[in-house]
Amino acid sequence: MSADHTLDLASIRERLGASRGREYWRSLEELTDNKGFQEILHREFPSRASEWLDPLGRRTFLKLMGASLALAGVTACTKQPEELIVPYVTQPQEIVLGKPLYFATAMTLGGVSTGLLIKSNEGRPTKVEGNVLHPESLGSTSVYAQGSVLSLYDPDRAQSITELGQTSTWTAFVGAMQTILVNKKTTKGAGLRFLSETVGSPSLAAQFRELLQEYPAAKWHQYEQTGREPARAAARMAFGRDVDTQYRFDRADVVLSLDADFLDCGPGTLRYVRDFSARRRVTGPDSTMNRLYVAESSLTNTGSMADHRWALRPSQVAVFAAAVAAALGVKGVTVPAGLDAATQGHVAAVVKDLQQHTGKSVVIAGAQQPPAVHVLAHAMNAALGNVGTTVVYTDPVEANPVDQVESLRELVADMQAGKVDLLVIVGGNPVYTAPADVPFAAAMARVALRVHLASHFNETSAHCQWHVPETHYLEAWSDGRAYDGTISVAQPLIAPLYEGKSAHDLLAAFSSEPSRTGYQVVREYWKQQFASGAVKPASPAEAAAVQQLAGTDGESAFNLFWRKALNDGVMPNTALPPVDVTLSGAMPAIPPAASGGMEIVFRFDPTIYDGRYANNGWLQELPKPITRLTWDNAVLISPATAERLGIGARYAYQGGEHGQQLVDMAELTFEGRTLKAPVSITPGMPDNCAMVTLGYGRTRCGKVGDGTGVDANRIRTAAALWSGAGLQMKKVDGEFHLATVGAHYNMEGRGFVQVSTLDEFRKHPNFVEEAVETPAADDTLYPPDHLYTGYAWGMSIDLNACVGCNACVIACQAENNIPVVGKDQVMAGREMHWIRVDRYFEGPLDNPVVYSQPVPCQQCENAPCELVCPVGATVHSSEGLNDMVYNRCVGTRYCSNNCPYKVRRFNFLLYQDWNTASLKFVRNPDVTVRSRGVMEKCTYCVQRIQEAKIESEKQNRKVKDGEILTACQAVCPADVIVFGDINDPNSRVSKLKAQTRNYGLLADLNTRPRTTYLALLKNPNPEIAPATAVNS
Amino acid sequence: MAVVERPPVIGPGHDFETVSKAISEIVLTRKTPLGWVFGFLMAFTFMMIFLMTATYLFLKGVGIWGINIPVAWGFAIVNFVWWIGIGHAGTLISAILLLLHQKWRMSISRFAEAMTLFAVACAGMFPLLHMGRPWLFYWMFPYPNTMTVWPQFRSPLVWDVFAVSTYATVSLVFWYVGLIPDVATLRDRAKSPFARKAFGILSLGWRGSARHWFRYETASLLLAGLATPLVVSVHTVVSFDFAVAIVPGWHTTIFPPYFVAGAIYSGFAMVLTLAIPLRAAYRLEDFVTMWHLDVMAKVMLTTGLILAYGYGCEVFYAWYSADTFERYMMWNRMFGPYAVAYWALIATNIVIPQLLWFKKVRTNVPLLFFVSLVVNTGMWLERYVIVITSLHRDFLVSSWGRYAPTVWDWATFTGTIGLFLTLFFLFIRFLPMISIVEMRTLLPQAGVKGKEAH
Repeated sequence: MSADHTLDLASIRERLGASRGREYWRSLEELTDNKGFQEILHREFPSRASEWLDPLGRRTFLKLMGASLALAGVTACTKQPEELIVPYVTQPQEIVLGKPLYFATAMTLGGVSTGLLIKSNEGRPTKVEGNVLHPESLGSTSVYAQGSVLSLYDPDRAQSITELGQTSTWTAFVGAMQTILVNKKTTKGAGLRFLSETVGSPSLAAQFRELLQEYPAAKWHQYEQTGREPARAAARMAFGRDVDTQYRFDRADVVLSLDADFLDCGPGTLRYVRDFSARRRVTGPDSTMNRLYVAESSLTNTGSMADHRWALRPSQVAVFAAAVAAALGVKGVTVPAGLDAATQGHVAAVVKDLQQHTGKSVVIAGAQQPPAVHVLAHAMNAALGNVGTTVVYTDPVEANPVDQVESLRELVADMQAGKVDLLVIVGGNPVYTAPADVPFAAAMARVALRVHLASHFNETSAHCQWHVPETHYLEAWSDGRAYDGTISVAQPLIAPLYEGKSAHDLLAAFSSEPSRTGYQVVREYWKQQFASGAVKPASPAEAAAVQQLAGTDGESAFNLFWRKALNDGVMPNTALPPVDVTLSGAMPAIPPAASGGMEIVFRFDPTIYDGRYANNGWLQELPKPITRLTWDNAVLISPATAERLGIGARYAYQGGEHGQQLVDMAELTFEGRTLKAPVSITPGMPDNCAMVTLGYGRTRCGKVGDGTGVDANRIRTAAALWSGAGLQMKKVDGEFHLATVGAHYNMEGRGFVQVSTLDEFRKHPNFVEEAVETPAADDTLYPPDHLYTGYAWGMSIDLNACVGCNACVIACQAENNIPVVGKDQVMAGREMHWIRVDRYFEGPLDNPVVYSQPVPCQQCENAPCELVCPVGATVHSSEGLNDMVYNRCVGTRYCSNNCPYKVRRFNFLLYQDWNTASLKFVRNPDVTVRSRGVMEKCTYCVQRIQEAKIESEKQNRKVKDGEILTACQAVCPADVIVFGDINDPNSRVSKLKAQTRNYGLLADLNTRPRTTYLALLKNPNPEIAPATAVNS
Repeated sequence: MAVVERPPVIGPGHDFETVSKAISEIVLTRKTPLGWVFGFLMAFTFMMIFLMTATYLFLKGVGIWGINIPVAWGFAIVNFVWWIGIGHAGTLISAILLLLHQKWRMSISRFAEAMTLFAVACAGMFPLLHMGRPWLFYWMFPYPNTMTVWPQFRSPLVWDVFAVSTYATVSLVFWYVGLIPDVATLRDRAKSPFARKAFGILSLGWRGSARHWFRYETASLLLAGLATPLVVSVHTVVSFDFAVAIVPGWHTTIFPPYFVAGAIYSGFAMVLTLAIPLRAAYRLEDFVTMWHLDVMAKVMLTTGLILAYGYGCEVFYAWYSADTFERYMMWNRMFGPYAVAYWALIATNIVIPQLLWFKKVRTNVPLLFFVSLVVNTGMWLERYVIVITSLHRDFLVSSWGRYAPTVWDWATFTGTIGLFLTLFFLFIRFLPMISIVEMRTLLPQAGVKGKEAH
């Protein structure tokens, strides 16, 4: 491009480079305040963007004309911009160009943080990995964490401080606030209100407390949809105090879930998945498995893992809970009516099973259940002797646990009463997320001055005078606690791209030291904690070194600890200790199940959560578990209910099963409010129950998310946050196009997922071999093409452990520069994910068994794709990979047709965004960015293989087993995917493939796939009729 | 001994001069018929649609079509195979029937060959348009390059490149060689200096000497010999595009013969579709007689029956294989989302052409024209059914999908019809659409001369 452009880049690099002398986090901190850097970013991008985005520009017009005249000439393709590469003048010490660095940090969601390891390429965070030292992550991450890196580069982020829509400055903002605060001093802060999301950060909480000390009449409110509201209320009811409940699924033989989707959302999910699936790992006939009972009000991933599942309306789940509790001997429980006879008949067997595993079972209640059921769950765990073994109570992880709905109501009451004149909203989007019967937005109008800190100019920002752009967690200092209380310091990976400020910065602006930075706040907080002995080093050697320094130089001693904590991403031994609590008071009464009418269930969206990721293309396009829906939410109802309501669905001819469903619209009336929404008929939903996810229907989130889905918050009330009875639903005119990938439910008896039960497996360990015909390797006239004398890469996928969370899909997308194609293209059947999680239903329509099967490229040894490519763009490597040579591909798409697994993806149009400058930063420099007309697919993360091979060759050794983790493998919390060298008989993957459960997908085609699966086993209770068990 | 007298293949009362005049006047007249102008403009309009579509396609990519994963091939391949099939009749008529001494072919061979060329031109467009990165089309050819990268010779698409380009080349040469004496006749009869010049250049100095005739005959015979295997090979290779793949519905050994039969079927249908309006418009009933139409209808009937046998075999083998995927594919074809296309195909390709058993139908020109259009449609549907219904539901049900053509698919398709017709209109205006030379040899006078002159 222009000379200016080159200069700018060089100066960025110089600035970044010059400040790299010391520790990385320090240099970033300095960069944070570097105005020049931000100015460069500001100046650079819009100019580029304007040139490319103007649809009617002269150049574009001429280009079109010229091309038309020349019969679209052979050159009318994607011209990639010319760019110059400028080397560092002074090479920073720790940066080797092309070699990424990794830094530990933490991401907080719902007040609970998860430790992450972020890959940084030349100063740009590009990929999120889990932190193996962190108790929840242990190396894996959630879909949200994977997607979060894209949010960092979201071009729709708010880029500057605004006052009434006019660009302003931080200095002006601080000045304005301080002026007001001068008067507030005299009134002790009366009329000053802070509203934050759930605060888990100890240092931020300390800042709030300091502020409240300074302004005693001010108030700090918290409101966020966390899904922990019933549990919080139950803890107070049962124990008279706030406690968090942690579960140890690794010790549990029997698990009863009462509407708890503990394998898909909530604090500790990653750890719970890991612990739970570890107990489903089967190596041979003598292995044991845990058993999972799930009574749930919508079909979830947890339900799909169940050995027995009951689809019950929320109020019926409560009755079920009461029935189990009563049978377990919990005193004071009366069992109301409302369960059908069949389910009632199963209670005894469940209870017997639980009682046979006292101290080794878990009863867990979910957000969709009222506090009373949570109390029953506590009582059941106590009755089963689980407390202290599989169920542990600790002090809450939240810094200041409050009843958040009540907190919001109080704030609204104060606002309506005119008691508030300065409202500071620290993060979040309460205008959008507030329950429909809490008139937050209306009440805001009575507040004289409203300030909002948020990453985007969202629905709430529109109601505020001041908007301060919030830093992304990768741009700012903070801290947080894991689900078990372990403390992580979140360090920034990059200076704020725009004029972002963190919550720490914002609160500092209201304090007496408005210039304090987030770094100072966090570091000083932990310095104090360190000095007081609240946190200390773990290892004796380290402790000794600290001890030695402490006598002479407190600062150095803390530095030693601090650096270690930053490096590790966790502070050692900071998990909250178990607390002793005793159940007090009588058991709350469970009302009889609501009869007649329908019930409604609200859930977090499995991809965009509460709407905060609505503008994240990766997450929007990530198929939701079970429904495989993208880009929208829909009301999920059972087939029987759909029939009763006369609601139907059909496949469009464009895209069909692999893209587009045309569904009917329904009108939902709940508590006097109505919502018109598309309906997705989902087997496994309880009858007369509708489930809808939150987070959609946003109006101000950005170009990606605006106008997607419907806003369930509009009918959600404070009394029925997560479920409620009295829903009216009727079909209305209209049809909606849903983008669903792979909507076909039925396996058509083709045995893609091999299933048996543990008991059957013990009797017939070779059942897979009998079911799957695998031609012998020498069953051919021709000599083998490849001998694979070196490495032979292979992958094993354990279907028994897969919970279907989709983290592999998005990790792959992040690692491999996979583009987002948008709803229209998904509907045309053109989504680009290299790995997908296939979902099959089996058994009765009202309560099917759900199977999840991750399908990446199978890397066939006899690959049908390879021999049909006319230009040799897909070729076999000596290590058994089906390599894609993107540069060679001319796009005949023959390979895709001939791929029986349909894992190849084609750039039908120009899907890569070449224009948005900020999105260039997120790309992995080790992976080719594909342009239009090119086929692409999974290559077992060949860039990671090469990296490890180069490293091993430098050290003159072979690649060690486990040294290479593919992106999907690394992220998987259930450890489902194992990759390695199958020439090495001792590698993990070889051992897994040696199991009798091992089989190749469509092996009878003699494709000889390198990716193989381990058959799925269920562990049903023989005493329960097979109606709810797996149909083996 | 009873001799079955063949009806004459040329109308009564013609001599050398009337034949030459009747055919050459169509070209040499100064008055362009209004019907031609109207037809040409129509065709040209569609050709412009084609050009615009192609431009947009090259700018945006093949995503403007309805293709997706799993149906990664759509109209482009359907049309390619359809056009290639149509292209078969010309060479078959000129080459194989020449070798078999079927004199009736003479009056239809010229425009059938032209039809072949234009159909192959249309067909040849599609592989190019179909590519994701068409500007790299030359990578399909084995050309020496610094990277020493070659095409992948195991791929049927590379075989296609050779088969189709060879076929196109031989067809062009054959057609042109056949044209030389006629162009010379036009040169001699032309009044306008420009036409004289143009035809003079095209006739390559033909003077009608015995040596010229000798070489002409030898070349024709040799080219006919060369072209004959091509008639069979081209569509065999095209069928390999499908048969070599493992997709249920494609992976079948019956494809080569069944494709060749289908190609001849569609080719003759197209010859009829063109011949019937032509003979009416240009009063050529004496040259393209009822007997010609009757014979061509019989060829269609025969090849149609072979095709029916092929369809039957597909169904039988799907059942007999006991293969889940094959059986489902067949069931899905018949009763799945594209059942309408399948049953329309059976109706148009098998059921309706059975009318040709009846002489009354074969001699009823409008009805025959209708049947020929039906068969053209049917053969297009056949390719649609093979490509789409096989791909849209293959092995893994999770990847099942559907395909629906977009407006751009239709525009490309109808656009190539426009291209074909444009070329054809130009051909009938500027070149003799029936071989003057060969028609002369059909005259009784020619026969007398041959036997009794010496």
